[in-house]
Amino acid sequence: MSAPAIPSPAPVPVAPPPVETMTVKVNGKTLQVPKTMPDWQGKPQATTMLQAARCAGVDIPHYCYHDKLPVAGNCRMCLVEFGTPMMGPDRKPVLDEDGSPKIAKSVLPYEPGTPRGAIACATPISPGMEIYADSPATKQMREAVLESLLINHPLDCPICDQAGECKLQEYSVEHGQAGSRFVEAKVHKPKAVDLGPRIVLDDERCILCTRCIRFTKDIAGDDALGIVNRGSYNTIAAWKEGAFDNNYTLNTVDLCPVGALTSKDFRFKMRVWFLKETKSVCTSCGTGCSITIGSREGVIQRYEPRENDGVNGPWMCDSGRLNYKWVAREDRLKDVMVGGRRSTWAAALKEVSAKLASAPKGSTAVVASARQTTEELFLLKKLADKLGAQTASVARTGEADKLLVAADKNPNTNGAILNGFAAADLPKVGAGIAAGSIKTLIVFGEDVTKHGIGSDLLAKLETLVVSDILPNATTAAATHLLPGAAHAEKRGTFVNVKGRLQKFTKAVEAPGDARAEWEFLHDIVLDVTGQDGFVSIEGLFNQMAKEVPAFAGLEWAKVGDTGVNVPL
Amino acid sequence: MPEQFKLILKHVDAPGYTPDIACYMRHGGYEALKLALATAPRDLPDGKKLTPKEVVREDVKASGLRGRGGAGFSAGLKWSFVDRRSGKPIYLICNADESEPGTFKDRQVIHKDPHQLIEGMIISCWANDVKLAYIYIRGEMPKGARLLEQALAEAREKGFLGKNILGSGNDIEIHVHRGAGAYICGEETGLIESLEGKRAYPRIKPPYFPAVLGLYMCPTIVNNVETLCHVKHIVTMGAANYAKLGTPNNTGTRIVSLSGDVQRPGYYEIEVGKVTIGELINDPNFGGGLRSGRSLKAVIPGGSSSKVLKAGEVFKLNRKGADGQMTKVDVPLLDLPYDFDSLQQAGTMSGSSAIIVLDDSRSMVDTLANLSEFYAHESCGQCTPCREGALWLAKGLHRLSHGEGRKEDAAYLSHIAQNIQGRTICAFGEAAAWPVLSFVKKFKDEFEAKGAADEEARAKGTGPAHGTRTAASPNKH
Repeated sequence: MSAPAIPSPAPVPVAPPPVETMTVKVNGKTLQVPKTMPDWQGKPQATTMLQAARCAGVDIPHYCYHDKLPVAGNCRMCLVEFGTPMMGPDRKPVLDEDGSPKIAKSVLPYEPGTPRGAIACATPISPGMEIYADSPATKQMREAVLESLLINHPLDCPICDQAGECKLQEYSVEHGQAGSRFVEAKVHKPKAVDLGPRIVLDDERCILCTRCIRFTKDIAGDDALGIVNRGSYNTIAAWKEGAFDNNYTLNTVDLCPVGALTSKDFRFKMRVWFLKETKSVCTSCGTGCSITIGSREGVIQRYEPRENDGVNGPWMCDSGRLNYKWVAREDRLKDVMVGGRRSTWAAALKEVSAKLASAPKGSTAVVASARQTTEELFLLKKLADKLGAQTASVARTGEADKLLVAADKNPNTNGAILNGFAAADLPKVGAGIAAGSIKTLIVFGEDVTKHGIGSDLLAKLETLVVSDILPNATTAAATHLLPGAAHAEKRGTFVNVKGRLQKFTKAVEAPGDARAEWEFLHDIVLDVTGQDGFVSIEGLFNQMAKEVPAFAGLEWAKVGDTGVNVPL
Repeated sequence: MPEQFKLILKHVDAPGYTPDIACYMRHGGYEALKLALATAPRDLPDGKKLTPKEVVREDVKASGLRGRGGAGFSAGLKWSFVDRRSGKPIYLICNADESEPGTFKDRQVIHKDPHQLIEGMIISCWANDVKLAYIYIRGEMPKGARLLEQALAEAREKGFLGKNILGSGNDIEIHVHRGAGAYICGEETGLIESLEGKRAYPRIKPPYFPAVLGLYMCPTIVNNVETLCHVKHIVTMGAANYAKLGTPNNTGTRIVSLSGDVQRPGYYEIEVGKVTIGELINDPNFGGGLRSGRSLKAVIPGGSSSKVLKAGEVFKLNRKGADGQMTKVDVPLLDLPYDFDSLQQAGTMSGSSAIIVLDDSRSMVDTLANLSEFYAHESCGQCTPCREGALWLAKGLHRLSHGEGRKEDAAYLSHIAQNIQGRTICAFGEAAAWPVLSFVKKFKDEFEAKGAADEEARAKGTGPAHGTRTAASPNKH
């Protein structure tokens, strides 16, 4: 749809149906918690002790439990002491002298003096239940689990790649004990196992929480991983060496609470505490997974998925995650070029503006890219409107999968459409140049020679203004070349295939003289159209929201980290 | 003089008795099934009417039959937990994964009287609306599996199994599934996982109670071989008559596997609670006493995972007096009636009813090292305390039994075991911890003396060459 949608009226807020609640006590604090809460698939299920504790602001430590994976209950780290109202023979609660219900603490049936813990991740709450998440018995259970996890674990954190983001380290400090009583020989297991093309496994560091297996089987739909051997010799393995090769394997590295699973791309490259974390969006397809960019000293070191239930949940695909190296490519366009010679922004922009301002109406075309930000596309459209220019963009499609990967390989197709750039119009541009009616062409972020506007057509133009990030045949033919910035080098928004608008922020500096496109587009628009008032990305976005119906009512400051849905 | 009461073992080992269906039927086989299918509806005093199937289920409850696998839970109650409203099929699984060290009772039935089990299963299937049942048999019993397959084929041919059994309108099928050699498959939810073709990792409970979310997430009954055999006899005898066998709350008969340092190790069927541990060990009808010149040191009363009892121990048991009042009475070990409740009150369990007798020639350290090695080998490794703790115990005990002990090892071992019991997904945690906790507690002097002797030998330089600790750990693979 190329015509901007009529904004639907703001939905009338409807009071949510009353949530049925239950009274429980967490660490002495009485509170009401919903009787049901979403399980890993989002289906309402009986609220667990772990969820109830969260409602009370109490975090119960855990390894195997993950909000978005089926519950395994194997690590036992979330064992907590608890009590339930004591029932009399008449099945009525027994009351204390003060009239409050008497609580029966859970004890071992065969040893009534010993508290019996329950795994908070899988045990549903019951009315009047008391959860003792910080009692001496609970603390002792955690200590014991940590002691067990550490007896066969290599104690070589200083050379472990996970150090700094290791739950075993963190919980040991928080809940463990300093000494170990273990005087036996440790179990030795395979080191540096080649699980697949992107993953290395250190079986000695593995705590067998099975998050990786569950993710791979239940989320990625691949039965590649399992456990071989038995008992303390249990070992995670791919069914065949190197067979762990679906497009989501690197999520297991994020899921792995310890240093067992590491990314071949990132391992031993950088201590994680040196990384600057920037909220961004993946540009590899139209899904636009929320990501965190880890960078150091201006260089991107890794992408990690950033949890966003509106888009990608906690996951992202491997191809998207590893698609960051082009940002730091040596051959990035760094110089402003006019007529094949290095120029300055001031000079080049002045000349471009002048040429555009003097171009006869209708003699210009603008080929925008659906890889540009929504704000840049908005500015380009303003320019195109003023020039009476033919507009177009470039479609980019490929294979989709069942989980996250979209067939649309542009991150901002909808941003382009909502601003009036359609891929279907591209042949019109080529035809206009061939016919000689289009003399000036503005190209942003596309190599049009690969999309039906060959070098012979480009040679017919009087002016070819090109902005891009990497060199190609179109940039080579440019009369005016304006080096742009990668998404990680600027701020802006994308609108994904489902209409989710997400902000991203700047992680690293653009190389050389390269600048964020919206900055210099602003200058050109000002010069050509006289329109001003959006010198900051906030101002620009807010202006766009006023002018483009799909974004009506939005404000930069109010778009949260996980974005908002816009009508398509 | 105490004697065996042969109900399940009536024909087992009888001269000329063969496992084929013809022999079984000559001895009244499948009459109980016909009886069950002909059960009349029953009117209750409150005006309710029980269907024939409900009648049999009620009778199993009324018989007081308790599970013969290990936990001793009421079989009728277990059946009553089955979710019959889910609309999903109900499965029955016969747990024939008999693997508890010291236990060799179920295999007697499987090998020598398989149709008794099958008849018990068919009745149980019918009573519970089960159309498909499985016998999960231990992988190490290939002959038993073959015999069962053969027996099932015979039963099918006679119309006791298959479509419309005996013209009753009920379809019932039973399949044999062989395990692959893991003790944990005897744990019912591990068994179910294994039957589903997965690694036998026991399931967490809640939510996966078999009665609601069992095999293929359908309601499932899992009963032991011996338990299912008893169902047949409850139908034949009637619940009230069956309940007269044994003692109150410990009804029926039980096959005891007696092993260790006795003259006549073997399997003996007794009325539950009518024979004492002392009689089982010493009576000429049973164990026939210890080997000459030996004295009793300890008894492991209910399979290797049960807590050990020490010779000379006296227990406080609840006894109902003539006036109906409960009083505590002192009962010495040898006078303990062999039943569920007495052993529980003695701080242990009758478990799989396997008695292992240890005489004074046995080292408790070495015995425990042996047991712990088994549990370390068989821990499935799913949950942390058992996976790490079971092998830790085995390694510590291996060290202690190989001359590298320390005086503090007794306390060390107890602490490790304390951190396993009650904290695991399944009862294997207890199975691994209880022998250690009970051996070390009751024979503390022996454990400490061994550690102290090792320390002394090391101090004198006469200890074993260093390396036990780092080299031969138990079941290193």
